[in-house]
Amino acid sequence: MIITKLKDIDEIYEMIKPYSKILIAGCDGCCQPPRSINEAKILGQMLELKSKMNGKNLTWKAITVLRQCDDRIAGTTVRPYIDEYEAIVSLACGLGVSMLNRIFEDTLTFPAQDSMFGASENHGDNLYEQYCDTCGECLLGETAGICPVASCAKGLHNGPCGGQVDGFCEVGGYKYPCAWIQIYERLKKFNRLDLFNKFRPPKDYRLMTSPGHLELIQEYTNAIEEEEVEK
Amino acid sequence: MGNRPAFSNLMKEIKTGKFLFTGELEPTKMVDISEIIHSAEAMKEYVVAANVTDGPQGMAYVNSLIPSYLVQEKVGLETVYQMTVRDRNRIALFGDILAAACVGIKNVLALTGDHSALGDNPGAKPVFDLDSTQFVYLLSKMIDENTDVYGNEIETGKVEMNVAIAANPNASPREAEILKVGRKVAVGADYIQTQTAFDIDDAKDFIKELSRYNCPILLGLFPLKNYGIASYFDKYIPGVSVPKDLLKSLKSAKKSIKDKKERNKKVDEINLEFFVPFIREIKKSTPAAGIHCMAVHYERLFEPLLKDFR
Ligand code: SF4
Repeated sequence: MIITKLKDIDEIYEMIKPYSKILIAGCDGCCQPPRSINEAKILGQMLELKSKMNGKNLTWKAITVLRQCDDRIAGTTVRPYIDEYEAIVSLACGLGVSMLNRIFEDTLTFPAQDSMFGASENHGDNLYEQYCDTCGECLLGETAGICPVASCAKGLHNGPCGGQVDGFCEVGGYKYPCAWIQIYERLKKFNRLDLFNKFRPPKDYRLMTSPGHLELIQEYTNAIEEEEVEK
Repeated sequence: MGNRPAFSNLMKEIKTGKFLFTGELEPTKMVDISEIIHSAEAMKEYVVAANVTDGPQGMAYVNSLIPSYLVQEKVGLETVYQMTVRDRNRIALFGDILAAACVGIKNVLALTGDHSALGDNPGAKPVFDLDSTQFVYLLSKMIDENTDVYGNEIETGKVEMNVAIAANPNASPREAEILKVGRKVAVGADYIQTQTAFDIDDAKDFIKELSRYNCPILLGLFPLKNYGIASYFDKYIPGVSVPKDLLKSLKSAKKSIKDKKERNKKVDEINLEFFVPFIREIKKSTPAAGIHCMAVHYERLFEPLLKDFR
């Protein structure tokens, strides 16, 4: 899931100030904490209030999309409203905002959120945690399933650095665990310090360079549907 | 690498087996580096070489290469060019090492570097393209094979440098630190300079454990110029605690002696009382090659501190 944070209402208002009719689109996809129809409505009310305070009238409608990052789903859900509104405010992550801008070339879609990281939900500790940084070259087999690219503040491949104290990281004021000490401890538990001792050569950052592209393999797509889209 | 030649005077001295000392210079936000030159002059007689720090604590300071070069040129004191991987990718590291070799730098200390978020430009994009072990690997490629990490050849001249790495005697769990150092030595370090130690038994144990790698060790010591520095160190340098007695005597010197000269004399005495026996013990009962003495802005201590060891 993608962890997002709602922007300050003033910042969102600044973006939509030039418009008087806006569509607010929630997302029911993986965006967390949830940003669905209710959140879209609340944002609409707040923006309406803010506009009133500034002596303006704002017309808005709230909808939600199953997954804004899927062109077909986002396209079919939003298209019925597109002509009625001057701009869209998206409550998805950056993927959704970008997708709506690409599908609806004649309408600007603005982000209501800051996208933070891809995360796993850790219910035990009531936390969202970034376990993976989608780096294109999985190291988890050497690091007891703890990713140093995502979880070490410096992304070191041969840690720990000199900044760890009693297993805590220098970044963030020794509040968060040092990933490399976690790796060390877990490998030790399995008697696999051979993996810890291994030297990992410089990483190929081409694998992580944006923009990322991966063409869908033919067999995985529905050929007939594809033709229809082309028409 | 083991069989890499001794290119630097420091490495040559280490190989003679004589117990030796290195010093430390810390250039900051400066264009006029005469202060660094003066410090280098003041310690020249006592140390074989001096480290030149590279933006410690993530701070934006003058690039350490130029002071490293100028100290060698103007003072005739060999330097250990400290380089962190925090601010440069492999292209910049390669380029800077070539530049350092061009101007006759013979020692490089390969460091990770404190995270930029800790410094005074906290929003800077941290690099960490290589980690310090991979940097040692790059250095080995450059020095031993005359190429970069991809095998592209250096066209003219040779990089003749010895490679230092850091180790932290205060690290816990210690085994992780020892193994990490071993990983780095295997990739091509020539000698180890440790962070500061204050506990003699700990330091001895640490040296003993590291000695399995057969890589010369310079133990880091940090004489305390005044109570302020000592308590800052104790409070804010993570993992380091200054012995209580030492703190107490420095504090009482600060409180009870008003005359600056007298107070300095007392502070020097306190330091000598602590560090002379410390060094003597390290020299006598460990295989350490010497002491890396981080008496930054405290050069006056070199003479009384080291006179018995020269
Ligand atoms: S303390 Fe650990 S997690 Fe933090 S930067 Fe250093 S190696 Fe990475």
